[in-house]
Amino acid sequence: MIVKGKSSWASSLGMVLGLLTAITMAIGMYLGLVYAPKDVIQGNAQRIFYIHVPMAWVAFLAFGVVFLAAILYLWKRALIWDQIARSSAEIGLVFTTLVLVTGSFWGRPIWGTWWTWDARLTTTLLLWFIFLGYFMIRAYAGDRGRAATYSAVIGIIGFFDVPIIYESVNWWRTLHPESVVSVTSANMPGEMVVALMVCLLGFTLFYLYLMIQKFGIERMKDQLIDYQYALSEREAEGVTTA
Amino acid sequence: MKGGLAKISMIIWKDLLTEIRTKELFGGMLIFAVLTIITFNFAFDMTGTGKEASGAGAMWVAFNFAGFLGLGRSISLERDKGSFDGLLLCPVDRGTIFLGKFIGNLLFISLVELISVPIFAALFDLNVFQPLLLLALFLGTLGFAAVGTLLAVMAASTRSREVLLPVLMFPILLPVVIASVRVTTLILTGQTNDVGAWLNLLGAYDVLFLAISYAVFDRVVEE
Amino acid sequence: MNVSPLESPLLASDDEAVFTPRVPRVKITRLTKRFERRGVIRALDLELFPGERVALLGANGAGKTTLLRILATLSRPTSGSVSIAGHLTHKAPDKVRAQIGVVAHQPYLYEDLTAEENLRFFARMYGVADERSRIDEILFMIGLISRRDDRVRTFSRGMQQRLAIGRAILHRPALLLLDEPDSGLDREGARVLERILGYQRTTGGTVLMTTHDLRFGLATADRVLLLENGKIVLDAPATTLNEEELDERLSSR
Repeated sequence: MIVKGKSSWASSLGMVLGLLTAITMAIGMYLGLVYAPKDVIQGNAQRIFYIHVPMAWVAFLAFGVVFLAAILYLWKRALIWDQIARSSAEIGLVFTTLVLVTGSFWGRPIWGTWWTWDARLTTTLLLWFIFLGYFMIRAYAGDRGRAATYSAVIGIIGFFDVPIIYESVNWWRTLHPESVVSVTSANMPGEMVVALMVCLLGFTLFYLYLMIQKFGIERMKDQLIDYQYALSEREAEGVTTA
Repeated sequence: MKGGLAKISMIIWKDLLTEIRTKELFGGMLIFAVLTIITFNFAFDMTGTGKEASGAGAMWVAFNFAGFLGLGRSISLERDKGSFDGLLLCPVDRGTIFLGKFIGNLLFISLVELISVPIFAALFDLNVFQPLLLLALFLGTLGFAAVGTLLAVMAASTRSREVLLPVLMFPILLPVVIASVRVTTLILTGQTNDVGAWLNLLGAYDVLFLAISYAVFDRVVEE
Repeated sequence: MNVSPLESPLLASDDEAVFTPRVPRVKITRLTKRFERRGVIRALDLELFPGERVALLGANGAGKTTLLRILATLSRPTSGSVSIAGHLTHKAPDKVRAQIGVVAHQPYLYEDLTAEENLRFFARMYGVADERSRIDEILFMIGLISRRDDRVRTFSRGMQQRLAIGRAILHRPALLLLDEPDSGLDREGARVLERILGYQRTTGGTVLMTTHDLRFGLATADRVLLLENGKIVLDAPATTLNEEELDERLSSR
């Protein structure tokens, strides 16, 4: 039988992960929103930092996974790597969007503008475009083999591109220093660090949880196609052995 | 490798000959570049101070857009007529095909630049004939052509190729655009101290993406 | 017709064809080609031998063109292996490509180049040693010597097809693949084709051609294959086959 349900150990892992995520996030949220002290300069608005930074971390982590999976797909040609890549890319796209949005909402009260062209923001925006390109080429590529190959190429090129973008915007900025944006103040009090670490852990677990769910779905989509193929083969057999 | 070199030059020769005879790509690209430059003249103040920065931007936008045009069309033409399959039938290393296409595209775009730059210099009274600036121009074009050739071949076999190519290229090209515009502006305003660093960045970018494109091309043209 | 290598004659005289031992020129083993949801070729086994002229028949969608494309290394098998002139297509594709010539529906020609320039391009790509004389020879064979400096864009479809045939044999391939060669050929072209098929046979080359035209297939080939639903369901010498029966078999699908 070609179609397999999600294996039971994956389901259990998913549930455990989900539970862990929920607990860690809850603790993290408490730490960030209540426990950690109010920022001296930015006030309570700074607390968005505990969501914004972990989300940025997840966005780039997701991208890193896309890169590795892309290389493996181009090398091995096995669909599982593409399933991993496109799952991670989707999560990455969502989180990148959230980073840009939360960044905007954070920036407005602090800097007075919704946007500024500093290295971090610009790089994140361009990461968003790379993800967009990833999915656009998949949409227009035609068959799934090509979609997988082409998007893998985008993933690989994009990954090398991101640090170069960051550096070049940085250099460009040294000649045009606008409002110097500090994401974190020079010495973060211990409570803030703890809160941040817990939130980072929570969001990482969240990413893993989402990955398991998404990967399972993508895997089933491909299995469905395999099943349709097997079915058409059986029909063809019936005709030939008539 | 000697055989490879002969094959690369053959591919370049073939593309050049076709272009010389049809003038399809070149004319379009050149007109596009000049039109863009002229449009910028009306969009920005090209007479006062800061015209170097605006000028650098105008020039690079013009070349990039003309480049998109050239890249997209040259690959599409071949794919549509099926002659690309004819090339794939030959016992030629796919990387060699890539190099042939890449150098051909590089030459096309460079030729457009060669003609546009003097026009640009004349229209805006900016002395662009400086070796470092021309070097930056060359390095920037090289990176553009390397990634562009790869992405154009990918986009050419899809449904919405004209739209897809710029969208794909934009994030990849941004460092080249930033570096090239910055270097051009610095040189035009005579502040040459940082230019070396930027040129190094361009050079590193070129080597990296040329290598990646070369390595990956084989899988991209596979069916 | 199984002749063991020890029994087959190895003749050296110029008038007679040289029979090489019965080592297959093309060996296809359990070839499967799948396009996502549907299978096109199903666990196909086939051997083609030197000097053979094989016609591949089949209804539309039976997989003829797909099979040809896989042999031409333009398409990768989903599973199974293909070996041509002793080289595996997935291990040594370039060595395989040097041994095959392809004539398809698209002429694979560059319209803005002249006939001679096209041949020169491909001669260089295939590494043909005696380029100059070979190009002259080909142009003569296909009857386009007088048009050698004219751009292909000015050629009629028949002439383009002739040039495409010339391009295909430029490098003296061991295997010639023709996808519906009878369509798009003018009378001169049909003569050229016959000449070239004969030439292939005498040099021990193998020919595989797909066609819709049963009469053409039976008349031109010595071995006929029928591809149905991705499998070879009939493999017989042309002389043993009857056009009407074949026609019925094909149209009953």
